[in-house]
Amino acid sequence: MRYVSRRAGLFLVTLWAALTVNFIIPRVMPGNEASAVLATFRGVNPAALHALQIEFGVNIHQNIFLTYLQYLANCFTGQFGLTAQRDSVLTEIVSKLPWTLGLVGVTTVLAFVAGTAVGVLSAWRRGGRLDGILPPLLFIVATFPVFFVGLLLLFVFSVTLNWFPLSSNYSIGATPSLSLSFLGDVLSHAFLPGLSLVIVTAGLWIYSMRNNMLTTLAEDYVKMGRAKGLPAWRIMTDYAARNAILPNLTGFAMQLGYVLGGSILVEYTFSYPGLGYLFYTSTTDHDLPLMQALFLFYTLAVLICVLLADVATAALDPRTRDA
Amino acid sequence: MSIPAIASDAAVVAPVSALPQQRSLGRFSKAVLTNRKATAGVVILLIVVLVSAFPELIARDDPQAAIYGQDLGPSAQHLLGTTTLGQDVFAQLIWGTRLTFIVTIVVSAIATLISMIIGVTAAYVGGLTDRSLSLLTDIFLILPTLPLLIVLASYLPPGAVTLIVVLTLTSWAFQARQLRSQGLALRARDFLVAARVRGERTSYIVLVEIIPTMTSLIVASFLGLSVFVVGFAAGLQFLGLGNSTELTWGTMLYYAQQGGALEAGNAWWALAPGAAVAFMGAGFALLNYAFDEIGNPALRPTRRRRARTPA
Repeated sequence: MRYVSRRAGLFLVTLWAALTVNFIIPRVMPGNEASAVLATFRGVNPAALHALQIEFGVNIHQNIFLTYLQYLANCFTGQFGLTAQRDSVLTEIVSKLPWTLGLVGVTTVLAFVAGTAVGVLSAWRRGGRLDGILPPLLFIVATFPVFFVGLLLLFVFSVTLNWFPLSSNYSIGATPSLSLSFLGDVLSHAFLPGLSLVIVTAGLWIYSMRNNMLTTLAEDYVKMGRAKGLPAWRIMTDYAARNAILPNLTGFAMQLGYVLGGSILVEYTFSYPGLGYLFYTSTTDHDLPLMQALFLFYTLAVLICVLLADVATAALDPRTRDA
Repeated sequence: MSIPAIASDAAVVAPVSALPQQRSLGRFSKAVLTNRKATAGVVILLIVVLVSAFPELIARDDPQAAIYGQDLGPSAQHLLGTTTLGQDVFAQLIWGTRLTFIVTIVVSAIATLISMIIGVTAAYVGGLTDRSLSLLTDIFLILPTLPLLIVLASYLPPGAVTLIVVLTLTSWAFQARQLRSQGLALRARDFLVAARVRGERTSYIVLVEIIPTMTSLIVASFLGLSVFVVGFAAGLQFLGLGNSTELTWGTMLYYAQQGGALEAGNAWWALAPGAAVAFMGAGFALLNYAFDEIGNPALRPTRRRRARTPA
């Protein structure tokens, strides 16, 4: 438990750092971006305007330390102010959240499971047919920028073959419901963006899992398992893979930051209206309140996953329990 | 964009000849040349360097001049067609190589330097310095890179300098952690004890005694960072956060996306710069992959087919 609580400390410090970065950036950056943006907010809800003035340090004539505390309090109570369209930032984020959550969640889990399985198998049968093709191929593909893979898929499957729609999350005119036809529509829109993310992330899992497996397969306890005459699959899963997966679990959370970044580019490539696309429009509209709230949101998402990965590591690795 | 895990060298079982930095230069370059991945990486990067240095020998057209027919398909005059404004896509691709390559190299070099100093100092000095530097590293590792890049870039004037500053700021952490663990492994070695007994200053020990022994890891850091930087720089510009008057593969992608290149029928306008980014990234990645194999013999490909289980 001490391991998890120590990691929870890191969680709090990083969250605090992200909040502070958000507070400092508008104050130290050259130019008057923030005041120019806030000047357009006239006659809006005074409470929301005040929250924005505190966040960006515009028209605030008080001790900066006091402002900082007010800013932290506002963040914890969910007062992120207004978007450029005068909507609540929080409502805007929540309304786009399901699309990104679905896209990123499903693709991350798929890539992790498939990549780890291929990594385990290719290390187990090293030099075999699977090992000769998939790891080298996907390792190179993993270095491709996700938007290039997206553009390529879009060109081949949507523009040329016309198998999938060009953009958006569901067809114009379709009404959201739980019907099978609507779900099919949603899936056909999400398929290519999801595939792009899986293609560029699976390679990393294969590569690191294969390398970890090769290292653990050489350990004495694996030899011991063989000497005891255990079935091969048991040695592979319980002895080698269980230990080899530990570094990947830690990597999982780090990877999530990368996948979230990738989802911004993918949603932009496919004009898929989730959080990533919202992030993009917030930069073109100079919608600073929305942009900074999204940055906080992404950080929080990564932090929660780091913590979950730590709990999983503690469950799988006895050494972390009494450390 | 990948950050390949470097397997721990403690568990290497195959006969370890020596780490690269301890070999003679001749044997090391032979190892690079006989490794197919390394050769491919070197060839790719050589092409990129030559194109950056002499674009005028390959593409005679002015890359920014909008003087041709609009939205033309590929032809003998315009190998990759023209843009919606009537610029030659091939010329843009060739002339855009230089700035793309320079940004990548500069960011990777500065970030490697920062990670070297932070990682090795944390490992060598230890104590409170180590704890605070490690905490700083951990925070930067967790903060999601692209969102942070976007926020920083939105406040700064767009351009190559902004790109270099924000990418450097956000990319050093992973390598710093790697170099710290390598530094920790070196701490108790005799030559460092000797240097301490001689009363050398910490800065001298870090810069002159420790860092030169880590050459191979530092080169690997640089290569890994380059893969990451090529992709992120292009991604930021693709999103419109670069300076749209500077010609790079990223800004080409931005204009292609804004001009609806794929739907408009001149797909090469978008696909060619995307492929170029992938090509350059793959060059760095192949070299990095090869370095892993040269430094860690356990990862080298085995030629012969083994029985059901590895020996």
